[in-house]
Amino acid sequence: MPKKADVKKVLVIGSGPIIIGQAAEFDYAGTQACRTLKEEGMEVVLMNSNPATIMTDKDIADKVYIEPLTIETLKKVIIKERPDSILPTLGGQTGLNLAMEIAETGFLEEYGVKLLGTTPETIRMAEDRQGFKDAMEDIGQPCIASKVVETYADGLAFAYEIGFPVIIRPAYTLGGTGGGIANNEEEFAQIAPHGIRLSRVGQILVEKCIAGWKEIEFEAMRDSSGSAITICSMENLDPVGVHTGDSIVVAPAQTLATKEFNMLREAALKIINKLGVEGGCNIQFALEPNSFEYAVIEVNPRLSRSSALASKATGYPIAKVATRIAMGYTLDEIKNAVTGKTYAGFEPTIDYIVAKFPKWPFDKFVTAERKLGTQMKATGEVMSIGTCFESALLKAVRSLELNLFALDLPQYQSFSKEMLYEELKKIDDMRLFVVAQALLRGITIDEIYDITKIDRWFLTKIKSIVDLGVELKKGNLTPELLEKAKIYGYPDKVIGEYVGMDAKAVKEMRKANSIMPAYKMVDTCAAEFEAITPYYYSCYGSENESTGETQEGKKKIMVLGSGPIRIGQGIEFDYCSVHCVWALKSLGYETIIVNNNPETVSTDFDIADKLYFEPLTPEDVENIVDLEQPYGAIVQFGGQTAIKLTKALKEMGVKILGTKAEDVDRAEDRELFDEILEAHNIPRPAGRTVFTCEEAIAAANEIGYPVLVRPSYVLGGQGMEIAYNDRDITVYMEIINRSVQEHPILVDKYVIGKEVEVDAVCDGENILIPGIMEHVERTGVHSGDSISVYPTQTISQKDIDTIIDYTEKLAKALNVVGLINIQFIVAPDGVYIIEVNPRSSRTVPYISKVTNVPIVKLAVRAMMGEKLLDMGYGIGLNPAADYVAVKMPVFSFEKLHDVDTSLGPEMKSTGEVLGIAPTFHEALYKSFVGSNMKIPTEGNLLITVRDTDKEEVCTLAREFEKHGFRIYATGGTCQYLIENGVNAKKVNKIAEGAPDILDFISGGGCDLVINTPTRGRQHNRDGFKIRRTSVERSIPCLTSLDTAKALLASIEQKTAGEVGIVDISTL
Amino acid sequence: MKAYLILEDGSVYEGKSIGAVRDCTCEIVFNTSTVGYVETLSDPSYYGQGVVLTYPIIGSYGVNLSDMESERIWAKCLIVRELSEAASNFRMEITLSDYLCRYGVTGIEGIDTRALARKLRDKGSMAGFVTTSYFELDEVLGKLKEYKSKNAVKAVTSVSPRHIEGDGKKVAVLDCGVKNSVLDKLSERGLDITVYPAVTSAEEILSGNIDGIIISNGPGNPEENAELIETVKKLYEKDIPMMGLELGHELLALATESATVKMERGHRGSNYPVKFIEKNKVYITSQNHGYVVDKVSDKAEVICYNINDSSVEGLRYKGKNVVSYQFAPGAETSFIFDEFVSMMGGSENA
Repeated sequence: MPKKADVKKVLVIGSGPIIIGQAAEFDYAGTQACRTLKEEGMEVVLMNSNPATIMTDKDIADKVYIEPLTIETLKKVIIKERPDSILPTLGGQTGLNLAMEIAETGFLEEYGVKLLGTTPETIRMAEDRQGFKDAMEDIGQPCIASKVVETYADGLAFAYEIGFPVIIRPAYTLGGTGGGIANNEEEFAQIAPHGIRLSRVGQILVEKCIAGWKEIEFEAMRDSSGSAITICSMENLDPVGVHTGDSIVVAPAQTLATKEFNMLREAALKIINKLGVEGGCNIQFALEPNSFEYAVIEVNPRLSRSSALASKATGYPIAKVATRIAMGYTLDEIKNAVTGKTYAGFEPTIDYIVAKFPKWPFDKFVTAERKLGTQMKATGEVMSIGTCFESALLKAVRSLELNLFALDLPQYQSFSKEMLYEELKKIDDMRLFVVAQALLRGITIDEIYDITKIDRWFLTKIKSIVDLGVELKKGNLTPELLEKAKIYGYPDKVIGEYVGMDAKAVKEMRKANSIMPAYKMVDTCAAEFEAITPYYYSCYGSENESTGETQEGKKKIMVLGSGPIRIGQGIEFDYCSVHCVWALKSLGYETIIVNNNPETVSTDFDIADKLYFEPLTPEDVENIVDLEQPYGAIVQFGGQTAIKLTKALKEMGVKILGTKAEDVDRAEDRELFDEILEAHNIPRPAGRTVFTCEEAIAAANEIGYPVLVRPSYVLGGQGMEIAYNDRDITVYMEIINRSVQEHPILVDKYVIGKEVEVDAVCDGENILIPGIMEHVERTGVHSGDSISVYPTQTISQKDIDTIIDYTEKLAKALNVVGLINIQFIVAPDGVYIIEVNPRSSRTVPYISKVTNVPIVKLAVRAMMGEKLLDMGYGIGLNPAADYVAVKMPVFSFEKLHDVDTSLGPEMKSTGEVLGIAPTFHEALYKSFVGSNMKIPTEGNLLITVRDTDKEEVCTLAREFEKHGFRIYATGGTCQYLIENGVNAKKVNKIAEGAPDILDFISGGGCDLVINTPTRGRQHNRDGFKIRRTSVERSIPCLTSLDTAKALLASIEQKTAGEVGIVDISTL
Repeated sequence: MKAYLILEDGSVYEGKSIGAVRDCTCEIVFNTSTVGYVETLSDPSYYGQGVVLTYPIIGSYGVNLSDMESERIWAKCLIVRELSEAASNFRMEITLSDYLCRYGVTGIEGIDTRALARKLRDKGSMAGFVTTSYFELDEVLGKLKEYKSKNAVKAVTSVSPRHIEGDGKKVAVLDCGVKNSVLDKLSERGLDITVYPAVTSAEEILSGNIDGIIISNGPGNPEENAELIETVKKLYEKDIPMMGLELGHELLALATESATVKMERGHRGSNYPVKFIEKNKVYITSQNHGYVVDKVSDKAEVICYNINDSSVEGLRYKGKNVVSYQFAPGAETSFIFDEFVSMMGGSENA
């Protein structure tokens, strides 16, 4: 069927901020969709609140609205742009929900807008629990005994009817928010009410728990003619019970014989046909391991995290094909871009094995509950490709950047067998390593299977990895053994440690015996057709298919990607990496990208000239360097992951383009950096470099409390804390030292003031500052968690001049060529430097968009030798815009139990949204709305703050009172407020008896909480419970008075009325 | 034990011997499916062939003997990257290694099967020699040049007719190497089946008072079956509903003045997209053929084709109740059996 003739202007809805359960995969999907629509000659209107995405670039879409994803805004965009169609299935659950909501209002008919691809009826059938069950019954597809209920009592009654354990799943949520397994009535009482509240439609599904069954997924594609194919099967190593986003997943499925495989494949096709999906669809099954009994767990009639994985795992561009199908094409009309010969209707087949490993935030949130269940907790994931399971798994493990290169972790070596049996019962992020240790210690596969229900096939394979380790430890490294170890994916470093050799000697031995990696192509067809995709992975003992040739007349440049999405290093760095590649291409260079994140745009095969899907470790990168012999490498854009490789690249003899490695070192090395500051008379808070706890305490006492303690060479303030006394230091040092520290630890004076951030491009002679950003929260809150405002609102011209001056001096002193990011404190006594990063930062995408300066492109041009004066964007500070942009952090606290939500020097947010408007207050309001905060305009405000904040909170309380809020407070705060003329009512503290403050919050009588934390990580403090209870009841809880003031301003804005929309492509 | 695979073009691959230890000469072909090794090895259509599996980990779910497509392994040799020592499945009876040994079939692992598939893709399928002993390359190459698989259908067909009772229409299956899964699909529809050896005369088959005829799949070059083609021609001339599958499709074509040709590299895998013109729909099919119908006589019309290379995937014979398909019918395409039942005037769920 040819393209639909009446589709000319398409609105694409993105997925909003990165949160757990909805990450970069939708930028990949949306970007691919927009590019495809443009290839087809469509005019594309894009709407997404997330400024860090590639899809919100004006060269991706024609009209770009970085606006809150709400019905009101969507209507405004439709009224203004009058698109004829909406493509709703590429923006994750958020985009889909929004499209569904607006479809239900009848607004679309009124404005003549149609939904492309999968119809609302289909979506409703797939998403509504009961509707879906009925549809499955119609086609004889088994579902798990379950019932949709709207009340707690009905749910409980059904749980007793089918028997515990039961799983609770809220309807219309993503990543399983609010769900869980209840083993008894008590646990049911904990989970169910929460789930009902979180569901968009106030429903939960109570279902029979089938934990322990195999979890199998199929990714399928169907067109309007009814032709359907499966793209990929996937098998979770973790049986049912662990959210698929938190499971180790392999593709294709490994433990299904032909019969089961075909049975589930056929079921997947029946389901996609029954639902009438037009586009991509993900189907999850549970398969009883000892029979053919199975059940359909879930169907996502849209692109999902699994589609991104399936797409990267097979090379089949799912989002591109889904978009073409939505436009009316059929599978036999769409060319497979990978082979250039076959069609999209040719089912992909693969000749390698893919492993996906989740990246959890537990290294950062050390107190978080690590137990895995139906609630997803991972922030990102890595993917690896190998010719055997062993190598795929080991590659994935080392891609996680947890400093893990093998499966036998030292921390379990001291465990007794009894302890290991106990550990095996825990389902958490460490399970794989516990299993490995158990196998190493002689616990049998059958015993482990009985406890974990991980299929014996996987256990046997894991055993073969650890067994080979034992063999290596015998110390007799023959060439045969070495080759086997390499085939299994062991890095030289580990082989060296096991046999007692230097890693370099292992490499020499490899070279001497020609044990070198080969690169194979990902081609969708297992070599049946010659493919044209430059997408490679490494393996040993094979023929090499990547020639390493350079395109004629070109220089080849390697761009190092940023690995998995984690707190502190998000999608922004993929944005920067992709723009770096595009800039290099436009300058006539050949590009190579190395990355391991399947969710990203950078790992699409048509971004760089060559894609190596590999771990970002020195050895893996060196192998590529040996083959490709690049002219140079760029590390500035891949976050800390790429920066960490600088030294290794230099040792390989690779030219680091842009700022030199030594200069990067000078910025990171405390003493070297202090010298620079001193030479230029730039002040910074007093600080010391230490290694041990004793040294840290001594340093803190010398400088004077409070101090900031943090490891150097980290991103996102990992392990950073404000310490008020020796005891705090002792606690933090213990946490920091839990992971091996190769670099010293920094102890700095904590200076209170306004925080200001600058990104600048430097060509070695001049600098260009696109814009200066001011943080709403004062120092002490991590810059990534602060509300950031462009242009600055309260900084004096004198201070701005100082900031420009310091930026210029530092950029020159550090010989920066490319990007530099500097954070300042503007204190009453002047401007201090907090931190300098001679690389791209988290704020680059947002500031590029709002200032209209293509920062990455300019930086790349500077790195390749051009001068800013020739680039046409001027030098010095770019004139401030006449509108205001506010970047608001977004958190995923609901999904991470036991994480303190209070803001501090350690970054906690997972994503961000932007509000853009003519005035600060309107922009601020929009950013709050975009961050999904339910802004209360009246109601009950609960205040409980530390003593030092009492005076300040008084003024704030009065303002809230003026707006009609009733003020509630606990003991001390309440008394202080009353004394100062606020009509506050007292609420009991936790120890003061029921009803206490937690009852007050839980009881539904509370609309807003202001709580400033007392010091320390102690969870038993009331503050922690107050904050957690608020988060779990979805009540806004502000932990900084500055944020509270900002919210107050927004409440005024909300009541003031009409808010506009801004197309950033017209700025 | 080390083992070697020597190809006709002189390339030598070193690996490890698996299965029975024996030398063998065969045509080397590759299959891109990620599952199905039990069925592939026992599919008579693979008679005499050395099968390279491009999926690198083979044997993961062991072998359940009831999944076999016939009573033995017909492939001559199995070539894999890794024969998985790990094997797990609730129905598993023996390991893949035991399976090979049980039927005396040799194999080789540790081969870069992707490299081998790329070679076969670029140069077409070749003869190969697998051995665990010392060899003189020139001598082997000489033998390989002369190698030709002959009389494949005669080798795999049954010796005597057999009857599978059913209460539906009576169907004769001309066994050119029929697979159990085809017979199962007929049985599921309640048909009363008689399987005839390929050498059976048309008269004998017709004497059974039958309602329909299946010309089954099978191995080898269709053109070498002159007598069989004659038989098919005679059957065709009767007005009995008939369906040709895979080799059966090629034989029907040859019996009706269409022509077949050897393909450069054949279709072997489970992911081939076939477009049914009247249904305007694409179905994914499993295939295993090295020959294809290339010139269609005016007696037949193309009813489905491969969307990748536009090759003929199905024919309907004008004015006849006769159809034929190049692909192996799977779950998605099992409607062709229902249509066959209708052709015989039976109800689809008899």
